[in-house]
Amino acid sequence: MRIAICVKEVPDPTAAKRIDEGTMRLVRSGENTLNPYDRHAIEAAVQIKEGPAPDTEITIVTVGPESAGRSVDRALAQGGDQSVHVADEAAAGSDLLGTARILAAALKRGNYDLILLGQQAADSECYVMAGLVAELLELPCVTQAASIELGDGAVTVKRQVETGYDTVKAALPCVVSVSDAINDPRYPPLPAIMGAKRKPHEIVSLAELGVDAATVGAAGAGTAIGGLSKPEGRGDTIVIEDDGSAAEQLLAFLIEKKVVA
Amino acid sequence: MAGIAVLCEVQGGQIAKGSLGVLEEAARLGAALGEPVDAIVCGSGLDDAAMGALGGFGAAKVIVADDAALASGIAQPVVDACATAQESGQYRYWLAGASIMSADAMAGLAARLGAGIVIDAVELHGEGGALVTRRSGLGDSVLAHCGFTTPVGVVVTRANAFAATEGNGGSAPVERIAPAFRSYSQAVQLVGHEDAEDSGPDIGAADVLVAGGRGLGDAAGFALVEECASAFGGAVAATRAVVDAGWYPYSAQVGQTGKTVTPKLYVACGISGAIQHKVGMQGSGTIVAINKDKNAPIFDYADFGIIGDLNTVVPKLTELVKARG
Repeated sequence: MRIAICVKEVPDPTAAKRIDEGTMRLVRSGENTLNPYDRHAIEAAVQIKEGPAPDTEITIVTVGPESAGRSVDRALAQGGDQSVHVADEAAAGSDLLGTARILAAALKRGNYDLILLGQQAADSECYVMAGLVAELLELPCVTQAASIELGDGAVTVKRQVETGYDTVKAALPCVVSVSDAINDPRYPPLPAIMGAKRKPHEIVSLAELGVDAATVGAAGAGTAIGGLSKPEGRGDTIVIEDDGSAAEQLLAFLIEKKVVA
Repeated sequence: MAGIAVLCEVQGGQIAKGSLGVLEEAARLGAALGEPVDAIVCGSGLDDAAMGALGGFGAAKVIVADDAALASGIAQPVVDACATAQESGQYRYWLAGASIMSADAMAGLAARLGAGIVIDAVELHGEGGALVTRRSGLGDSVLAHCGFTTPVGVVVTRANAFAATEGNGGSAPVERIAPAFRSYSQAVQLVGHEDAEDSGPDIGAADVLVAGGRGLGDAAGFALVEECASAFGGAVAATRAVVDAGWYPYSAQVGQTGKTVTPKLYVACGISGAIQHKVGMQGSGTIVAINKDKNAPIFDYADFGIIGDLNTVVPKLTELVKARG
C-alpha cells in the first residue's frame, strides 16, 4: 500500500501573526511548525502500517519554501518513509486552487493508493484542500473521517455530518481528510527525530512536475486581496492567569456584568 | 458569465436554514450587481412546489437536479450536478453556506471550473461591478477584502453568517436538469447512517451553558462540567472532538455540525476554540474560557479568559456559585 500525506508548514500558533499590507500575504518569517491537524493524518497512516498493511510506504508531500524542510523532517519523524517537497519561488503566493494544482501534480507521479490530509490548515483554517485535490486528480474523496478501515481494496470511513454519522465506502485510490477526533497523535521518540534527516528527501521544481508556473503562485491566483479591515470585535477581553483567585475574579466579573445575580 | 448560483442544501427533506440565509444574502448582492440569482437544489424525490418556494427567498429561478445518485448527501455527485447547471447557466458566481457537504461540493466545482475559491466569507459586497467578499482571517482579527481574477468565482460562506427570514411567500419557476455524472464522482457509497440522537436536555433553551472539550482529559472529566452547569442552573454542552470520541452525547454538541446556541453565559472548559466550534456559540451573551494553553484561539473571542488548570478552577467556581444559592 502506498500512502501519501499532504502536509503544510504553518506559523507557530504561539507566535503573533500579521499580514504584510504590501503583498497581502501572511508573514511567514517567524517560527514555523508542522500544521498540527496534519499530525492526525500521519498517525492514521502509521496505524495502518502497524496494523492491517505492514508493507505500507508513507510519503510526505508538501509545497513550500526550502525552509519548510524542517516541518517535513518533523512529519518524517512521526512516521513517514520519504518525502516529496515542491520548493519553487514561482509557487509563492499560490491561492487554494494554485496550491491544489501543485499538490495534484506531485501526487500524480506517485501512484498512491491512499492520499491523506488533515482536516484543515491551522493558519488559513482552509478545510477544502482535499476536495480540490481529489477533483483535480479525478479521484473519490471523503472528508472529515472520524475512523478509517481498509479492506477489499476499499476504504470505509465513519464521518460526522449535520444529521448524524455517515458510514461511507470508497474504492482505492481515494483522497481522505481526517478529523482531529480520529486519533491522538504520538510524539516521535528522539531516535526517530534524529533519523528523519537521513530518510530520502526529494526536492522538486514546478518544471519537473510539468506545472505551468503561470497557473500557480501569485501570477496564477484566482483570488485577489484588495484590502484589509478590522472586524467589529466583541470588545475588550480580560485574560488572567490563575494565581488561585481566578474563580473569585470570574465571579466578580459575572456579578458586575449582571450575568449572575 | 452572468448571474449568481446558490447551492441550496436539502437536509432531512427540507432546505437547510443556512442555505436560505445565503440565498437571501445573494439576492441582496444580485440587486447591487444587477445579476439574477438562481437556486440550485440537488436531491432525490424533490417536489416542484416546495422547490419553487425558494422564490420567496430571492431566487429568480430554481434549478432542480433530481436523481437517486443525489440522495445520499455525498458531495461529488453534487459537483457533477453543479457543473451541469453551470454549462447551461454560465454563472459568474457560485455561493454556498459552509456545511460539510456544500464546502466539499464547492471545492470540487472550483477545481473542475478552474475558478478561484474563497472560504469562510462573512460578508458579500458588490464593489466596482464585482463581488468582493470579506474573508475572516487570523483568528477573526482581520477581514481580507477578497475578490476574483477568474471568470467564475466560488464562495463558501461561514456557517451561520447569514440568518434567514421567513421569506415573502413568493415562488419561482422550477427547471429540471439531468446531471452528467462522472464515474469517480459516484465511487463513494453511503453504506450506513446513524441519526443524531436528539434526546437529552435541550441545550438551545438554556440560559447558561458550561461546555467541555478535549482539555477535560477523558469522559470522566465531564463530571466537573456537569456539577458546574448544575450550580448555574444551566446545561452541559460539548465540542465535536469529545462527541466523536464518545465522551458525551451528540445532542449536546455545539458547532458547525452541532447546534447553534446563544445562551446568556457560555463557559468553555478545555476548549481550544476552532472555527467549527466558534460558529455555533459566538452569539452567546458573555463568553468565558478556561484553558491551560494561553495560545488557545478561544481567548481571542472570550470576554473573560482564565489561563489555568480547569481541574482546580472549575470546582472552585462551582463552589462559589453554589454558595450564592
